[in-house]
Amino acid sequence: MKKLISFIILLSVPIIYYSCSKEIHGTTDNLRPLQPGSLDIDAGSWKPVLLSRVDTFSVAVPPLTNSPAYIADLNEIKAYQQNLSSEQRSKVSYWAAGGVLRWNELMRELVAKHNLPAYQNEDGTYPIPNSLNPFNYPQFPFSNPPYAARAYAYVSGAQYDALIACWHYKALYKQPAPYKVDSMVVALNGKSDLPSYPSEAGVLAGVTAEMMKLLFPTEIAAIQQKLEEQELATIESGTATRTDIKAGEALGRSIAQVFIARAKTDNASKAVGTPEQWAQLDSTCRAKGEIPWHSLEDPTRPPMLPFFGNVKPFLFDSLTVISLRPQAPPSTHSAEMQNQVDEVYNYTKNPTQERTRIIQFWADGAGTYTPPGHWNYIACQDFLDENYSEVRWARNLALLNMSMMDAAIVCWNTKYYCYYPRPSQMNPQIKTLTGMPNFPSYMSGHSTFSAAAASILGHIIPSRAGAYDAMAQEASMSRLYGGIHYHMDCDAGLETGEKIGGYAISRAKTDGAE
Amino acid sequence: MQPLITGKLITCTLLFALIQFYAEAQTDADAIMMGKQNFCLGPMYGHSSWKNYWEGTLKRDNLNLGTVSANMYSIMGNYGITNKLNFLFGVPYISTKASAGTMHGDNGIQDLSLWLKWMPLEKNIGKSVVAVYGVGGFSTPLTGYSGDYLPLGIGLHSTNLSARLIADIQHGDFFATASGTYTYRNNVTINRNAYYTTEMHYTDEVEMPDVASFQFRTGYRTMRWIAEAIIDNNNTLGGFDIRRNDMPFPSNKMNWTSAGVNFKYTFKKVPGLSLTGGGSYVLTGRNVGQATQFNGGVFYIFNFAKPAKDKAGVEHSCKLCVKP
Repeated sequence: MKKLISFIILLSVPIIYYSCSKEIHGTTDNLRPLQPGSLDIDAGSWKPVLLSRVDTFSVAVPPLTNSPAYIADLNEIKAYQQNLSSEQRSKVSYWAAGGVLRWNELMRELVAKHNLPAYQNEDGTYPIPNSLNPFNYPQFPFSNPPYAARAYAYVSGAQYDALIACWHYKALYKQPAPYKVDSMVVALNGKSDLPSYPSEAGVLAGVTAEMMKLLFPTEIAAIQQKLEEQELATIESGTATRTDIKAGEALGRSIAQVFIARAKTDNASKAVGTPEQWAQLDSTCRAKGEIPWHSLEDPTRPPMLPFFGNVKPFLFDSLTVISLRPQAPPSTHSAEMQNQVDEVYNYTKNPTQERTRIIQFWADGAGTYTPPGHWNYIACQDFLDENYSEVRWARNLALLNMSMMDAAIVCWNTKYYCYYPRPSQMNPQIKTLTGMPNFPSYMSGHSTFSAAAASILGHIIPSRAGAYDAMAQEASMSRLYGGIHYHMDCDAGLETGEKIGGYAISRAKTDGAE
Repeated sequence: MQPLITGKLITCTLLFALIQFYAEAQTDADAIMMGKQNFCLGPMYGHSSWKNYWEGTLKRDNLNLGTVSANMYSIMGNYGITNKLNFLFGVPYISTKASAGTMHGDNGIQDLSLWLKWMPLEKNIGKSVVAVYGVGGFSTPLTGYSGDYLPLGIGLHSTNLSARLIADIQHGDFFATASGTYTYRNNVTINRNAYYTTEMHYTDEVEMPDVASFQFRTGYRTMRWIAEAIIDNNNTLGGFDIRRNDMPFPSNKMNWTSAGVNFKYTFKKVPGLSLTGGGSYVLTGRNVGQATQFNGGVFYIFNFAKPAKDKAGVEHSCKLCVKP
C-alpha cells in the first residue's frame, strides 16, 4: 500500500510542476522603454513620401511653460502619477517600448484577424466584401497578402510623413518635456532632450487611427480605444502634456488625409474586377494557345485581386511595373514546364521534417498576418536592438512596407499577365503541404515579398544582410517544398523582388536620413 | 481465476482528423485488471472518417476536403504488476488523407501512452460486486510530427498527464462503469513565430487548455463475452472556436459526445486469446469532425508467473470469477 501511495505522489509531482508553467509570453511583452541612440533632431529635413512640405499642416505655437494652461497640464500629470494602478503602469510600459512598434503589432493583429476568405453562397458563387457595408458577411476587408501589403505601406508611409512633420515642429518650438519644466513630474519612461511639442505619441495615435479606420472600418471602436490608451499612457508617463498630445494627434490626423486621398484613387478599389473581366483573363490566355490558370477550389472561387497589378506603386511609376515583369515562363505545353512539374511532385511525395518546418514557418496563409506581416515582425525584432528614434523606426518600416506593397503590385501584375497554372492543376497527383493560394502561379509572391524585404533590410542593417538573404531564400523555397510553386516561380520572384528592394535602397540613400 | 483478456479497443475518435486516436485505449478506462505477472499484448487497427464538422457550433462540410479519413495501427499492452496494479502502454501509427482538394495527408508514429491502473477497492454488496479504480496516465509524442497541420495532422503534439477515477458495478452477467478523467495538456510549440487565436500571440508556444472527459458504459460481461454500449463526452476546458471558414488550430475548444458499441470474445480452445471490435459515432461536437470510427484487435495473454498454474495468462477479476 505504501508503494502505491508513493506512486501516486510521484505522479502528482510533475502535474503540479507543469501546471505552474502554462502561461505564455510574447517576444515583445516586456520591453524596456525606447531610449534612442540618436534623437534624429534634424528629421524635419528628411524627404517625405507624399507631403510636398513638412509644414503643409501648421501647428500652433505651444503655450508658455509658465502659462496657466501649461500649469494645468502639469497638474493633470501629477494627479495621475499620484495613484497609478498596476494596470495603468503596465499600459505605460507597453507604450513606452515604442509607438511605431506597438501600432505595427496592432496592424499585424488586424490583418491576421481579417485574413479569411469568404464562405460560398448557396448557389456556389462567393460574396465579396464591401467597404460600403463593412459589417456584412464577409466583413470588409479580406486582408489577403496584396491587401495587407498595401495596408502596411499606407500606415507606415503616413506615420513616417507625420513624424518628420512632428520633428520639424519639435525642432522649431523646442518645447521641453514636462519633467524638465517641473521636477515634481516623474519621467517614468526615462528622460530625453527631445522637445515634447507636438507629441510623437499623439502624432502616431492620430495618423495611425485615421489610416486604420479606412483600412479596417469594422475596428473603429477598438482603434479609438488604443488611441486613447496610448495618449493617456504617455501623459501618465510624464513624457508629454495633454496639449502636446492633442497638437500631435491633430497633426497626425491631417497628414493621414493626404494618404487617404491617395488610397482612394490608387486603383485598389478596382482590384477585384468583374465576372466579365475574369472571363477575359481566361480567354486571353487561351488565345495565346496556353493552358490558363483555374481555381482549384470547390466551388470555383474567383481569382484573388486580379487587378491589384494596376495599383499605383510608391517607389516607381506604373510603366516601371510592367518593365519589372520577369521573363515569361515556358509554354504550358513545353518539356521544360513538365520538368518543373515533376520537380514539384518529387518534393511533395516524401516530405521531410526539416522541409515541413520550413513550409510551416513561412506559410503565413489564411488567418495570419501574411508574408509582409512576417517581414514586419522580423524587422521589428531587429530594430529593437538598434535603439532607433520613433521617426527612424517609422522611416525604416516605411521603406520596408513600400517595398513590399510595390512587390505585391509587380507580382500580381505578372501573375495575371502570365495566368500560369499551379503545379496541382498540371498534375492532380501533386498534393500540397500548405494551403493552395487562389491565384496564378508565376511568379511566387512569397519570393517577391521576401527578396524585396531582405534587400532593403540588408541596406538598413548591413550586418544582418546575409541573414535576411538566407531567410528570403528559405521563404522562397518553402513554396516549392509545399508543392504550390515551381522552382522558376521562386527564382523569378527572388530576382524581381531584389530589383524592387533596389528602388527602396535608392530612396533610402537620398531621403536625408543617412 | 480464469483466462480472460484485457486489451480492449482503442477508441479512435478521430476528431478533426483531430485524431484523437490518442490511444484512447479502453483498457485504461474499463473496469478489468490483469492478473499478477500476466502480460497482455496485441495489435489493433482503427479507421475513422468524417465528412461534416463543426466550425465552432456551426455544422458544415468542406468540398475542399471531402471526407477526411485516418487509419491507425497500434500495439497495446497491459502488464499485471500485482492483481491490483497494472501497467499499460500503447503506441499508434497513423495515416490521414482527404478525399478532395489538394491537401497532402500526413502519417507517422504518434504518441506513446503509459498508464498505471490501480484497484484499491473491490467489494461484494448484496448480489453485486462494486469496484473502484484510479488510473494515472502519461502520453508524449514519439516523433517530430507537426501538431499544427489540422485537420490532417496525426495529433496535437502535446505531452499530457491524466488522472481518472472509475466506478464499476457487476450484477450477475451485467455491469455498468462510469469514469471521469482530467487531462492536463502541456503547451505545444508550433513552427511559426506568431499566430492569431482571438488575439495575436507573438510566440511559437501555444497554451493548451486542459480536458475533462466522462464515460459511461454498460452491458453484458462474462469471462467469455463482453458486449457493451459506450457513451463518451469530452470537454476542452478553455480554447477557442474556429472562425467562419478559418483553419482549425491545436488550442481550439474541441468538444464532443459520441456513442458506440464494443465487443470482446475470448476463445475457449485457445486460452488467453481474444478478439475485440467496436465502433462509435460522434453525436454532437464543437470544432471537431463528426467522426465514425470502427476498430478491431487481437490480444494474447502471456503468463510470467512462477510456477505458472495456467498455460495461458489470466485476468484477475473476482467479480467475474464468481460465475462458473
